[in-house]
Amino acid sequence: MALLIVRRLVQTALILLGVAAITFLLLYALPADPARMIAGRSATAQTVANIRRELGLDQPLLVQFWTYLQGILQGNLGRSYAQKTDVGALILARLPATLILMAAGIFVEVVLGLILGIIAALRRGGAIDRMVMMASFVGVSAPQFVVALLLLYVFAVTLGWFPMSGFGTAAHVVLPAATLGILGAGWYARMVRSAMIDVLNQDYVRTARAKGLSSARIVLRHALPNALLPIIAMIGIDIGQFMGGVVVVEAVYGWPGIGQLAWQAIQQVDIPIIMGVTLVSALAIVLGNLLADIIAPLIDPRIHAR
Amino acid sequence: MLKRWLRNTTMATVLALAPLPAWAQETPKQGGDVLITYKDDIATLDPAVGYDWVNWSMIKSLYSRLMDYTPGTPDLVPSLAQTFDVSPDGLTYTFKLRTGVKFTNGRELVASDVKYSIERAVNPKTQGPGAGFFSAIKGYEDVSGGKATTLEGIEAPDATTVIFHLSRPDATFLHVLAINFASVVPQEAVEAAGGDFGKKPVGSGTFVLKEWTIGQRLVFERNPDYFVKDMPHINTFTVEVGQEPLVALLRLQKGEVDIAGDGIPPAKFLEIKNSPAGAGMIVDGEQLHTGYVSLNTKIKPFDNVKVRQAVNMAVNKERITRILNGRATPANQPLPPAMPGYDKSYTGYAYDVAKAKALLTEAGFPDGFQTVLYSTNTDPQPRIAQAIQQDLAAIGVKAEVRALAQSNVIAAGGTEGEAPMIWSGGMAWIADFPDPSNFYGPILGCSGAVAGGWNWSWYCNADLDKRAVAADSMSDPAKATERAAVWGKIFTDIMADAPWIPVINERRVVAKSPRMGGSDKIYVDPTRVINYDAIYVKQ
Repeated sequence: MALLIVRRLVQTALILLGVAAITFLLLYALPADPARMIAGRSATAQTVANIRRELGLDQPLLVQFWTYLQGILQGNLGRSYAQKTDVGALILARLPATLILMAAGIFVEVVLGLILGIIAALRRGGAIDRMVMMASFVGVSAPQFVVALLLLYVFAVTLGWFPMSGFGTAAHVVLPAATLGILGAGWYARMVRSAMIDVLNQDYVRTARAKGLSSARIVLRHALPNALLPIIAMIGIDIGQFMGGVVVVEAVYGWPGIGQLAWQAIQQVDIPIIMGVTLVSALAIVLGNLLADIIAPLIDPRIHAR
Repeated sequence: MLKRWLRNTTMATVLALAPLPAWAQETPKQGGDVLITYKDDIATLDPAVGYDWVNWSMIKSLYSRLMDYTPGTPDLVPSLAQTFDVSPDGLTYTFKLRTGVKFTNGRELVASDVKYSIERAVNPKTQGPGAGFFSAIKGYEDVSGGKATTLEGIEAPDATTVIFHLSRPDATFLHVLAINFASVVPQEAVEAAGGDFGKKPVGSGTFVLKEWTIGQRLVFERNPDYFVKDMPHINTFTVEVGQEPLVALLRLQKGEVDIAGDGIPPAKFLEIKNSPAGAGMIVDGEQLHTGYVSLNTKIKPFDNVKVRQAVNMAVNKERITRILNGRATPANQPLPPAMPGYDKSYTGYAYDVAKAKALLTEAGFPDGFQTVLYSTNTDPQPRIAQAIQQDLAAIGVKAEVRALAQSNVIAAGGTEGEAPMIWSGGMAWIADFPDPSNFYGPILGCSGAVAGGWNWSWYCNADLDKRAVAADSMSDPAKATERAAVWGKIFTDIMADAPWIPVINERRVVAKSPRMGGSDKIYVDPTRVINYDAIYVKQ
C-alpha cells in the first residue's frame, strides 16, 4: 500500500508537469495579448510595452515557463495579471465553497443514483425500471443551465423555500447541490443498475436467497458491496471534475467557487489564474483516482493494491 | 496674469445648473443600506490599476482627486482643489488644496500626496494602464522610461500647493486630473499593503471599504469625515458579485436587491419594460458611447474610399436599434450626441442601398466582394453582426461573420492586415472623460494605428493628426466652445474618408428598486455609471 502511494505520487508529479507544460504552451499560443488586455484602450504603446516587461511577457517562452515552474516548486502560483493578487490566495479563498459544493453534489448524486439504480435492478424490465431509466436519460442529457434555473424558479422564487443565490448557510447549498445531484444521478443509476443485475444473477445470491435471507439483507450485504466498485471509481473522477469548477451552476446560484474564478480569468486572459485553477483541478483528478484505488481493496479484498 | 476665468465659470455654471435636475427638487434623505449585484468579481480597487466599468465607479467613491464632476453631468468642478489657476501659455497649472482633508487612516492629505500618487500611476512598476494620460507633464518620458521615479513637472512647495509644469499645452489636463488614475493615495498605506493595495484600499473619498470577502461581497461604509457636508447620502452599500444578471433581476423583483448593476438581459428587456412594475425599475441613460464597424484601410478593397463610403450607406442602423429593443439610436459620426463637438447638422451617409450599389460599381466592384466581419461572441453582438452581414449581402458584399472571444477580436484588430471589418459591440469606445479628443488618438489617430493598437481601421491621416494637436493646444478655457467646434470638424472630416461605419449610440441600462431615489442621470452618470455618492433611499 505504501509503495502504491509513493509510486502514484511520483506519477502525479509527472502528470502535473505535463499538464502545466501543455496548458502553458496553449495559453501563450492564443492570439490574445495579456498586456494589451490589462492596458485597456487608452494606453500608449509604451505603457503596453512597460506592462509586458513588468510581467515578464517579453522573455522567451521557455524562460517564462522555467520561472513559473520554479515558483510552483516554492509553492508560489504567481500573481494575477488583472487583480495583482497572489493566485494561491484567490484559489484558497474559493476553496471552501468549491469543496462544500463538491461534497454535497456527490452526496446527492450517489444517494439518488444508488436508490434509483437498485430499484430499477430489482424491478428489471418492469414499468418502474423503464421510468427510472428514462428519467436518468433525461437527467444526463438536460443542460445544467435549464435545470438550475428551473429549480431556482420553483423552489426559490415561487415557493421561497431556499435563498436565490449566495453562500453561507446550509440552505444556500441545497439547490446547487440538487442541480448537480439530479444531473449526475442518472449516470450512477445506470451503472448501479447494470452492476446489480450482474451480481443478482450470481450463484451466491441465489444461495443467500435459498438460505431464506430477507431481500433487504441480500441486496445491502451481499449484492451491493460487489456492485460498488465502479461507483467508487466514478466518484474519484467526479471529485476532479467538481474541483475544476462547475461554471454554470456556480454562475446561476452565485456560488463563489473556483469555476467562476476560472471563467473570468479566461475572459481577461489572466494566465496565472487559468494555470493555477488548471493545476489544482488536475491535482484533484489525480488524487481522486488515487483515493478510489486505495478504497477499492478495502471494500473488495479480491483487489490487491498494487 | 493668471486666469481665474475657468474656475469662476465652472462654479457659476454649477450654481446656475444646480436647481435644474429633477432630483434636486426632492431633498435626498440621509441613511439607508443598499445592495447592488454584479456578475463579475471586482478585479481591483487600486486607482492606478483599475480600469473596467464596474470598479471605475467604486474607485471614484473610495478616493478623491483634484478635480471631479457635478453628479449626473460632464461638468468639471474642483474637488480636492479649492482654487486653481492656469497660466496664459497653458503650461502651468497651480492648485490650492482644501485644508483639513483626511485620509481614512486618519492622516491629513497634503500636496506631496498628490505628487506621489500621480508618479505612482506613471511608474512602470505599478503596471498601470493610465500612465499615458499624464504624458503632458514634464519629465513623463523619464519616469515611464524607467529612468526616474519622480516627475520633475510636479511641484509641492508647501502642504496645500501643487504646481504642474507641462511640456506642451493640453486642453484636457483638468479632465486628466479628474480620472481615477489621478486619485490621491497615502504612500504609507500603499507600502503597508505590500503590493496588495488593490484589495486594501485607503483613500479620502465618500466611502471606506469595510469588508471584502473574495468572490462574494464587498461592503462600503460612508466616510463620516468626507470633506463635503451631507455627502454621500447612503450609510452603506454592499456589492454582491458572481450574480447572474437573470437571477439578480428576479431578486430585484422580489425586493432583495436594490440595484442590478448589469442591467436587464436583452431577452427579458421587453417583458420587464411592458410590465406595470417593471417600467419604474428601468434606468435607461445616455452614455458617451459609439458602436461602429471599423473598415481596415490597409486591406483590399477597403483601401478604396468609395468602397468604405458604399458600405456606410448599406447598413440599416434603425434595424439594429430594434435588435437592441430601442436601447440605442443610429449614429452618423464618431462622436456621441452628448459629447461637446457633436455636429447636429451633419447627416453622414444615409441608408441608401441603390446609391451604395452604384458607388461599389464605380469603385470597380459591380458584383461585390468577399470579406470577413469580426464580432465578440456574447449576445446580442453576433446577432447585430448578422444584421450587418445581411445588409452587406444586399449590395453584393459577402461577409463571413467570425464571432470570437473579446480578447481574440482585440488581438485581431491590432494585427496589421488581419481583420477587414470589426463590429465593435461589447468593446466599443466609451469615453474616459467627456472631451472629444478622447475619441481620436487611440482609435482614429496615427498613434493607435500600430501593432497592438486600438485603431482597427489602421487609418492614419497626418493632416488630421496635426489639427488634433492644434486643437488640444487650445487650453485657454475661454476658447472651449471654439475648441469643441474644431474637434467636431475633425470628426466630420474623418467621415469623408469613412474609416468607420458609425452604427449606434447605445444607452446603458441599470435596474433599480422603487425605493431608490435620484434622477436617472446619477445611475448612468456620464463619467462613472452608478454615482454612489449621489444615490439615496427614498423616505
